[in-house]
Amino acid sequence: MKTKFLPFLLILILIIIFIIFYRGLKNNNIYTPETNIINEAPSFSAELLYSNKIVNSSEIFNSNKFYLLNIWSSWCVPCRKEHPILMDLGKNKKIIVVGINYKDTKKNAIEFLDKFGNPYEKIFFDKEGIQSIEWGAYGVPESFVIYKNKILKKYIGPINQQSIKEIESLIK
Amino acid sequence: MVFSLIGHYSLILGLCISLILIFFSIKNFRNSKILDAKILSFTFLQFFFVVISFFCLILSFVLSDFSNETVFNNSHTTKPLFYKITGTWGNHEGSLLLWLLVLTLFIFVFLIKTKNQPVKYKILTLVFQQIIIIGFFIFLIKTSNPFNYLYPIPEEGLGLNPILQDPALAIHPPILYLGYVGSSIIFSSALAATSLNFVSKKWASHIKKWVLISWIFLTLGILLGSIWAYYELGWGGFWFWDPVENVSLMPWLALTTLLHCIFILEKKLILTSWVIILSIATFTLSMCGTFLVRSGILNSVHTFANDPERGLFILIFLFSLIFLSIFIFFFFHKNNKNDLHSIFWLSKETSIIINNWFMMYFLSVVLIGTVYPIFLDVLSSEKISVGPPFYHKLIIPFLIPFLLIMSIGPKLKWIKSNLEDKIYLVSLLIISILISFLIVNNFDSKFLINTILISSALYLFFVTLRDFFIKKYKNISQNISHFGFSLLILSILFNNLFSTEIITNLKVGQTFESSKTKIVFEKINQKVEKNYKSIVGSFSVQNLNGEIDNLLPELRIYNQPNIVTSEADIITTLLSDKFMVINVVQNQDYFNVRYQVKPFMIWIWLSVLLISLGGLMSFFKRENEN
Repeated sequence: MKTKFLPFLLILILIIIFIIFYRGLKNNNIYTPETNIINEAPSFSAELLYSNKIVNSSEIFNSNKFYLLNIWSSWCVPCRKEHPILMDLGKNKKIIVVGINYKDTKKNAIEFLDKFGNPYEKIFFDKEGIQSIEWGAYGVPESFVIYKNKILKKYIGPINQQSIKEIESLIK
Repeated sequence: MVFSLIGHYSLILGLCISLILIFFSIKNFRNSKILDAKILSFTFLQFFFVVISFFCLILSFVLSDFSNETVFNNSHTTKPLFYKITGTWGNHEGSLLLWLLVLTLFIFVFLIKTKNQPVKYKILTLVFQQIIIIGFFIFLIKTSNPFNYLYPIPEEGLGLNPILQDPALAIHPPILYLGYVGSSIIFSSALAATSLNFVSKKWASHIKKWVLISWIFLTLGILLGSIWAYYELGWGGFWFWDPVENVSLMPWLALTTLLHCIFILEKKLILTSWVIILSIATFTLSMCGTFLVRSGILNSVHTFANDPERGLFILIFLFSLIFLSIFIFFFFHKNNKNDLHSIFWLSKETSIIINNWFMMYFLSVVLIGTVYPIFLDVLSSEKISVGPPFYHKLIIPFLIPFLLIMSIGPKLKWIKSNLEDKIYLVSLLIISILISFLIVNNFDSKFLINTILISSALYLFFVTLRDFFIKKYKNISQNISHFGFSLLILSILFNNLFSTEIITNLKVGQTFESSKTKIVFEKINQKVEKNYKSIVGSFSVQNLNGEIDNLLPELRIYNQPNIVTSEADIITTLLSDKFMVINVVQNQDYFNVRYQVKPFMIWIWLSVLLISLGGLMSFFKRENEN
C-alpha cells in the first residue's frame, strides 16, 4: 500500500514543481530596483546660480512652508515643456519653487531663464550632478514636494496639469 | 559559409543515427548478440559527425565567418586567435554543441571500455543515453542552432564579452562539462541496471570508475571557475554563492555522496535503492542546473541568454527524464528487504551513511537557497535574493560534526569494528583544540565557534597527516582527498579570519596611510593591445615590516564590445595573496582603490587539487587491479 502511494505523491509534487518553474519562465525577470523613497529630505550644500554663495539646503526646507524642488537643465527638452506650468506654480503663494540646475553651464542656465522666465525663488547650481544623486534622481526633470524637511511627493519626468491638481490638493 | 552548412547537416545526420540506434536496439533486443559490433560502429559514426560539426564551428570562428550568427554575436576580427577558438564554447549555442560532443564521446568510450558486462545491459545503457542525446540534438537544432545563417553578411562581429577572454575560462567549460555530462553515463547505466535487475557488486565496481572520472572533472571544473572569478571579476573572493556556482555545486555534492555509497555497494550490496536514486539525482541536478542557467529564470552573472522558449524545452525535457526514471525505478526496482538491519552501529558503513546525511543536508540547503527565490516570486511575486549569510549560517555549524566523523570514519572497518588506537585519536584532538585556541585567542569576535571549527578541521588535518606516515595505510587515495578537504576548510577559515581590506579613493601622486599599511599611487601608464587599451596604475604598498610591493592593477577598455573591465594585480606567495583592483570614479580624477591581503589563498586552490588528485589515484588504482 505504502509503495503504491509513494510514486503518485512524488509525481504530484513534481507536477507542482513543473508548474511553478513554468510560471517562473513566463514571469518577467528583469529586476527594476525599488525606488528608494527617502522621506527625509537629504541635506546638501551647493552654490547658488546667481549669487555664487554656498547655501545649505536644510536651512531652506526646514521652515513651515511647502516647497517644490525641481531638478532641471537648459539642455533638457521636457524641461522646456514643463516650464510654463512651473511659471504658473511660481505665482501660487502657498508653495515656493526651488530649482537644482543639473549638469549645466551657468551661462546657458541664465540664458534659458532670461528667455522663458524664472519661476524659482532660489536655484542651486549642481554642475557635477552629485547633489541630485543624493535625492535619488533618475534624470531631468524631476520634482519633489517638500514640507518641513520631508518629501511628500516625487514626480519623475515633467510636471503636467494632473500633477498640479495633486500638488494643489496637498498644499491646501 | 561552407562550414556552417557542413556543420548543420552533420548535426542532422547525428540525430538520424540516434534514431537508427534506438530503432535497431529495440527491434533486435532479444537476439542482442548480433548488435554488439554494430552499435559500436554506429556510435562512433555519431561521435564523428558531432566532431565534424564542432570543428566546423571552430573553423567558422577562426576564419571570422560572420555569415554565421553565432560567430557574428560572439567574435571579432581583432580578437587573438586563442580566444577566437575558445570563444566557440563561450556562448550558449557553442557550449551546447560542446555538451553534445562530450555526450557522444562518453557513450562511445563507455561502449569500448565495457567489455565484460552483459550485452543487454550495454544496449539498454546506450538506449537511455541516446534518449538524452536526441533531446540535446533537438534542443540544439530547434532552439539554439549554432549554424544560423545571416544575410547580408555583416562586416564585423559583435565581439566576445571581455571577461570571458581569459585562459582559465577557456578550459573551464570543457572540463566542467566532462564532469556534468559524465554523470549522464551514470544515469543511463543506473536506469539500465535497474530495468535488468542487474544492480550488483559487479555493477558497482564497474560504474565506480565513471563516478570517479566525472567527479574528478567536476571538481576541477568548479576549481577553475572559482579561480577565474577570483582574479577576473575583481570581487576578491573565491565563492559567492551565485546561483550558477550553486548549480555546479549541487551535482558535485550528489556525486560525492554517490562516490561514497558505491564503495558500500561494492563491498556489501546494501543501499542499492539509495545508489540508484543518487545516480538519477546527480544527472537530474546537472540538467536542472542547465535549465536554471540557460532559461534566464535566474538572474546571475553567468546567464547567457534570456529565452523562454529554450527554458521551456529544457524544462519539459528535464521532467520527461525525471518521470521516465521514476517509472523505471518504481516499476523494475526490487528492494532488498534486509537492507539496513544488517549494519552494526560502529562500522565503516555507518560512518558513510552519516556522511550521506550530512551531504544531503548541505545539498538541500544549496538547493533551497537557489530555487526558493523562484518559488517565492511565482507564488507571491516578491523578489528576494539569497546571499552568503544564509548559506554560512546553515552550513558552517554542521561542518563541525561532519569534520569529526570524517576523521574517525575511515579508521573503522567494514561490517563490525572497534576503534583502534584511541590514545592517539584523543591526544590529537586535544592538540588540535590547544592549537586552535592559541590561534583564535587574539581575536575576540566569535571566539567559541571559530575555536571549535578550527579544532575540528585541524583534527582531521592531523589524523590524515599521521596516516601518511605511521601506518601502512591501505587507502592512500582516500586519505589524500580527506587531507585535501581538511586543508581546504582550514585555508577558508584562516582566509576569512585574517583577511584585511583597505578601500579608498586616490589621485595619482597621493598616499594613503593607515597604522599598518602605506599605499602610494605613483603613476599611470597607458598600454595599447590588439583588442583593448589599458590604463595601468602603479602602486607601491609598504607594510609594517617595511617591505615594499609594487602592484600594477589594470583597467582595460575593450574595443569590441566596448566594455571596461578591471584586472586585479595579485602577488601570490605561499602564505598570502596581495590583491589590488582599481575602478574609475565617474567624472573624477580619483580612482577607487581596493587593496586586500588574503592569507592562504593559494592553499584553497592547492587543497582542491589534492582532493581531485585523491580521486585520480583511486581511478588508476582500480584500473591496475582490473
